[in-house]
Amino acid sequence: MPRPSRPAHLDALEAESIHILREAAAQAERPVMLYSIGKDSSVLLHLALKAFYPARPPFPLLHIDTTWKFREMIAFRDATVAELGLELRVHTNPEGLRQDINPFDHDSITYNRVMKTEALKQALDAGRHDCAIGGARRDEERSRAKERIFSVRGAGHSWEPKLQRPELWRLYNGQLAPGETLRVFPLSNWTELDVWTYILHEGLDVVPLYFAKLRPTVERGGSLIVVDDERMRLRAGERPALRMVRFRSLGCYPLSAAVESESATIEDIVAEMREARVSERAGRLIDFDQDSSMEKKKREGYF
Amino acid sequence: MPDSILRVLACGSVDDGKSTLIGRLLFECGAVPEDVLTVLERDSRRFGTVESGPDYALLVDGLSAEREQGVTIDVAYRYFETPRRRFILADAPGHQQYTRNMATGASLADLAILLVDARKGLLAQTRRHAAIAAMLGVRQIVLAVNKMDLVGFDQAVFDRIVTEFEALRESLGRQAARAIPVCARDGDNVVAPSARMDWHRGPTLLAALEQAEGAGAASGPARLPVQWVARPDHTFRGYAGTVAGGVLRPGTMVRNALSRAEARVARIVTADGDLDQAAPGQAVTLVLDREIDASRGDVLAAAPAPEQAEQITASIVWMDETPLFRGRAYLFMLGTRAVVATVTEITSRVDVETLEDEPARELHLNEIGRVSISLSHPVACEPYTASRELGGFILVDRLTRNTVGAGMVTEITSARSPIYWHHLDVDQAARAALKSQRPVVLWFTGLSGAGKSTIANLVEKRLLAQGRHTMTLDGDNVRHGLNRDLGFSEADRVENIRRVAEVSKLFVEAGLIVLVSFISPYRAERMLAREAVGEGEFLEIYVDTPVDECRRRDPKGLYKKADAGVIRNFTGVDAPYEQPLSPEIRLRTLEGTPEVLAEQVFDELRRRGFVQ
Ligand SMILES: Nc1nc2c(ncn2[C@@H]2O[C@H](COP(=O)(O)OP(=O)(O)O)[C@@H](O)[C@H]2O)c(=O)[nH]1
Repeated sequence: MPRPSRPAHLDALEAESIHILREAAAQAERPVMLYSIGKDSSVLLHLALKAFYPARPPFPLLHIDTTWKFREMIAFRDATVAELGLELRVHTNPEGLRQDINPFDHDSITYNRVMKTEALKQALDAGRHDCAIGGARRDEERSRAKERIFSVRGAGHSWEPKLQRPELWRLYNGQLAPGETLRVFPLSNWTELDVWTYILHEGLDVVPLYFAKLRPTVERGGSLIVVDDERMRLRAGERPALRMVRFRSLGCYPLSAAVESESATIEDIVAEMREARVSERAGRLIDFDQDSSMEKKKREGYF
Repeated sequence: MPDSILRVLACGSVDDGKSTLIGRLLFECGAVPEDVLTVLERDSRRFGTVESGPDYALLVDGLSAEREQGVTIDVAYRYFETPRRRFILADAPGHQQYTRNMATGASLADLAILLVDARKGLLAQTRRHAAIAAMLGVRQIVLAVNKMDLVGFDQAVFDRIVTEFEALRESLGRQAARAIPVCARDGDNVVAPSARMDWHRGPTLLAALEQAEGAGAASGPARLPVQWVARPDHTFRGYAGTVAGGVLRPGTMVRNALSRAEARVARIVTADGDLDQAAPGQAVTLVLDREIDASRGDVLAAAPAPEQAEQITASIVWMDETPLFRGRAYLFMLGTRAVVATVTEITSRVDVETLEDEPARELHLNEIGRVSISLSHPVACEPYTASRELGGFILVDRLTRNTVGAGMVTEITSARSPIYWHHLDVDQAARAALKSQRPVVLWFTGLSGAGKSTIANLVEKRLLAQGRHTMTLDGDNVRHGLNRDLGFSEADRVENIRRVAEVSKLFVEAGLIVLVSFISPYRAERMLAREAVGEGEFLEIYVDTPVDECRRRDPKGLYKKADAGVIRNFTGVDAPYEQPLSPEIRLRTLEGTPEVLAEQVFDELRRRGFVQ
């Protein structure tokens, strides 16, 4: 039974997400779940385990590894799949590796296109997946507010905001014309606070980077960047300093900014969230690189 | 659980201040983080319409194109909460071409906020919105009369609008309603009571939302549409789904509404342990006390079980650029079931301003109509007024796969009864056996003048020479008799083909080899013909002649007339021809004489075992 103190609206959100996961699995031929290691992925994975219980989720997990993830993220990923005995596929864009596309020498637009968007397309095509289930939420960013729960991508995985299908009741149209694929977002109606509150009540594990700790950081353009390994290139005059920081959103390490915080437990984070004054994407530098950048990336096929 | 989230639809005409109102609600409920406010201030200077201070409307206008045009173009979802409740707000745009989006937002809504400009009162648009909300079963309405500052906060103005609204509500079926005077720009009566309108005794907008009723509590008999069957090993078989009505408990007797097999609920399984009851909206897995045949698309139901509808009447909101025609087949999705459905009749179109029905032959984008639908297989369903879950459906185009219509069952006009088809001792097989042949439809499609009839004729002669029994249906000839009442509009062409397909099917049942030469320009209709006749008994033969060649031949002088504009809707000139994507036989007439091509058809019939 859910813990008695769990807010009732989380029961409703959980039930809705389970319904969506079951629809995706029932309608798609070769679904896959995108696992990006962050808090949303932890919740999504947990919901998938519940949706098909006592059977296993009828799809594998896919992680797009840019090779610039924090070490703790990779360790957490491997521990999680080993513990749950799940099938995980990891893909890196080989072309990007060959050309050494990295977040230091390349602008964030190029880096994201090659190492994330292109890599994802390659992995989906290679696995002949007609449906990719992801943890995006509508409250993350303005252009996401209109995203469908079952979102159709045209040939080349492009997203056309004007071509999206109307979505009524609990009916999800997973029918695909040749060349089309589907993205399914079971957490569409969750907010960041819902995610943390749910993690708290379900006792889920998350990557330790979400918890405040003294970490070596440098300050760049008003953002705090954590120095994760020797690949981090310091600029002239930069000297890492220890600061009590945590992450609200995890991405590639030189591109994800940390926030100063004392929150060392999930309870602390939920309390901090309730007072939150800054949106979570503020910490992801990629969203500031252009106005309406998310919408542009999605049109190109970004998740 | 149902009460913990309130789903709200916000609608209003362009410029009534809807975005401003929603932005304000989000802001005042603390749903807008500080960095977003900073961006808002920057954007306000760039795109804003308010002279000083932030323009809250910009908080909710999502996509960049529309932000620059200053209009909202699609349904957007917003989230905010108060200590009492969580809200999911569907923001549907106002302009009239977006009835589609309104219906989408209304489909799950518990309450609709109807926004009007105090200076303008109820507009045609407002009536349209109220009508759609009512049709989609939204049971509560809050009328927010905005821009009260521009009418001097005058109670008389407000009262006049409320009186008008009462009359409208009367005609729509009297949903629970409340009216609130607001000034969205300054926040009066949005979250805090307005000192400038102390004459208003009722709640603020937010208080009204907090007090509203949530999704319907469990009522009626229990229903569970099966989404998925969990079979982790041979000892466990569970039916996973979301409860769509009533309450399920261990011991509840349920039957598969389609097969009529009965069993008791043994366990209600979830990952968090078994439940002792499950109410609407809960996602569970049922284990039954004995094995019955059930799979995705079936409904497990407590008595009285829903009917197994074969024909229904419904209201439809049309959502696609291509109109709805009588006779066209679509994929019909209801609950977890998907079957093929044919619209057999368009009874009327609803004028949403006057709410009157008017005659119609087609339904266009954003129109609402009443139709009759025939289903290829029985579907367990109920009238929409009894159940949103088992009464709401979507129609999906079978080629583009887009959702093209949303429907609400009004009545089940024919249900499968325990008595099935009258068993006929003399059947198709018997009739065909007497003729020592396998019946089949040879469907020749192609442009006018492509050579369909010429080739069909030669094929038929060869069949007769072999002692086969045949029948020919020719486009021109059928139009003189059976289809004399039909013209050449898209709707009539659909009906033309439907009748020909049905007649071909009868001939196949008579044991004949049927040769049909019809232009049949639309893929959807050819698909329908194929399904009416049955796979394996239908060969599509594409007589492939380029339009320039047809125009050059012009045996009946029709192209000349069409080019001169004397004939309208002529295929290949001013009406489309959709080429077959995978016909069984493709005849390229530029590459062979009619005799050679007829031989090609004959070879294919031999290869498939229809002739020796
Ligand atoms: N005077 C006044 N103007 C308002 C009020 N609410 C909105 N407006 C203005 O009306 C215009 C249209 O508002 P907007 O929210 O964009 O309308 P929408 O098209 O319904 O979303 C804008 O210029 C707003 O600033 C109000 O209460 N009083």
